[in-house]
Amino acid sequence: MNHRSIRRQIWRKSINSVMLALCGAAALAVVAPLLLILGYVVREGLPAITPQFFTALPTPVGVPGGGVVNALAGSLMTVGLGLVMAAPVGILAGIYAAMHPDNPFGVLIRFGTDVISGVPSIVMGIFAYTLVVLPQRHFSALSGGVVLAFIMLPTLTRTTEEMIRLVPSSLRDGSLALGAPEWKTTIDVLLPAALNGLVTGIMLAVARAAGEAAPMMFTAFGNPFINLDFTQPVETLPHMIFTYAISPYGDWHGKAWATALVLITLILLLNVAARLLVWWRGRRLGLVR
Amino acid sequence: MSSTSLSVLADLRRAWQHGDRLYRSLLAAAGLSTIALILGIGVQLWQNSALARHAFGWRFLVTSYWDPALTDTFGALPFILGTLVTSCIALLAAIPLGVGAAIFLAELAPDWISQPLGFLVELLAAVPSVVYGLWGLFVFIPVFVRPTSEVLNRSLGFLPFFQGPVFGPSRLAAGLLLAIMVFPTITAISRDVLRAIPNSQREAALAIGATRWEMIYQVLIPYGTSGLLGAIILGLGRALGETIAVTMVIGNNLDLSASLLHPGYTMASIIANEFTEATFDLYLHALIEIGLILFVMTLVINLVARLLIWRVSRRTTLQVRA
Repeated sequence: MNHRSIRRQIWRKSINSVMLALCGAAALAVVAPLLLILGYVVREGLPAITPQFFTALPTPVGVPGGGVVNALAGSLMTVGLGLVMAAPVGILAGIYAAMHPDNPFGVLIRFGTDVISGVPSIVMGIFAYTLVVLPQRHFSALSGGVVLAFIMLPTLTRTTEEMIRLVPSSLRDGSLALGAPEWKTTIDVLLPAALNGLVTGIMLAVARAAGEAAPMMFTAFGNPFINLDFTQPVETLPHMIFTYAISPYGDWHGKAWATALVLITLILLLNVAARLLVWWRGRRLGLVR
Repeated sequence: MSSTSLSVLADLRRAWQHGDRLYRSLLAAAGLSTIALILGIGVQLWQNSALARHAFGWRFLVTSYWDPALTDTFGALPFILGTLVTSCIALLAAIPLGVGAAIFLAELAPDWISQPLGFLVELLAAVPSVVYGLWGLFVFIPVFVRPTSEVLNRSLGFLPFFQGPVFGPSRLAAGLLLAIMVFPTITAISRDVLRAIPNSQREAALAIGATRWEMIYQVLIPYGTSGLLGAIILGLGRALGETIAVTMVIGNNLDLSASLLHPGYTMASIIANEFTEATFDLYLHALIEIGLILFVMTLVINLVARLLIWRVSRRTTLQVRA
């Protein structure tokens, strides 16, 4: 081997190690913000978390104590309402897409679902505003629930489709061969077999919807008191974080961190649980070791 | 009950295929709702922006007066530019890091590293936007963006992009925070795209003596180009529509300078900021028209990205979906 080719060899090897090391560094850089964010939220938020934080109404600036019970109630109402509206439609659409993978309409639904999951939530917010708030002439928990239903729909459709497709077709064929109609097969065979898949989809959809602040600004709007009337405005956790954070008061900034800790704990727990369910189900079906 | 009515009932049941006809139309109706939702958004935004569309026509897109107080003149140019600028900053930072991380996860790391790391990336995608905003406002800006801005201003201040004075909240802050927010999108999809490339490609490259980096750079990346592009465009789609985090760190100012260190506005953040303050119909319609522009932009971008990604997943057996 001559001198030049050895030099070239060394050059190629060093490029190789430098670039591979850079890829490793990039992976660290991508994950680092998560750890930093979680670290800060826990550090800044934890001191303010007391039992009272979950049971009290917010207090004015400077008055110690106070909690987020109004936002907890409002988030529960809007997310719950959204789920009740979106779950049946999303699950049925997912079943359709899973049953007709190759027919043009099935492809269109799958494609439409993928595309709509990229529509910004603020646009969904305007849509719900024109549908519900404008005709009613005031903000309401109802309109907040409608936005969240739109936001949950693609997640629900997609996870349902993927989970139904994992059910072995022999189960379905067996039921149909016994003479059961398709709807009975769906209710008695398909849905039970895909049940924890559906629960996964619901948890992911709820986790996504519970964190939406932008569209709530002009639908659910916010409310310093507990309100259980769906035609009236309610506060939600993410919107409360926003209000606290952009205020000029240090006292409220602390409450923003504490509320963020509550919200992020809720959302990460839902995500981890959803993932565990998928893993458990995959193991049962023999898809994962 | 007579026998005829029984047979009519039986005929009816047969005609309805024992409920299956109803069941199938129910499924199809649910499926249609997705398409109806897209159309519905388009129609509603179009109708509810009529006043602004009639008053300003296409000029709305290219004029930069935004004056709800005196002249009632509205133009969306500063917001469109603000959105494009912040998204470009985000992509410039997120493409090398996101794709690099994907290469690490798919090609380099052993399973016991790549699985937990991939899990963390997915959790990053689950962090709500308002929490990113909170962290950006109180930690990211003072600790990272401000010092960086001052260095940029001192060393490159002669360029219009880095002119002072240095504010904390700025287009740069929004762009960098957006970069962090699109990491998971770009990383997770790129990783799946790389994993979907058949092993024969890798083996062929290594067999003729390529180093691992040469295999990645000269074989895998060209092979997966359309999928990687799809991942990046999808990241762009997320950056364009991101609202609350951007509203919290961009400073919300109708600043027309080219400086990235100045506060600005994006399409999403002007809507978030002024929607509830729109006191008359024309003002509201102008804001809704901005929403319409944003909707059309993200729709087109998502269509392109999905088509690119679908092309990859059709070619291989592995499912790649985002």
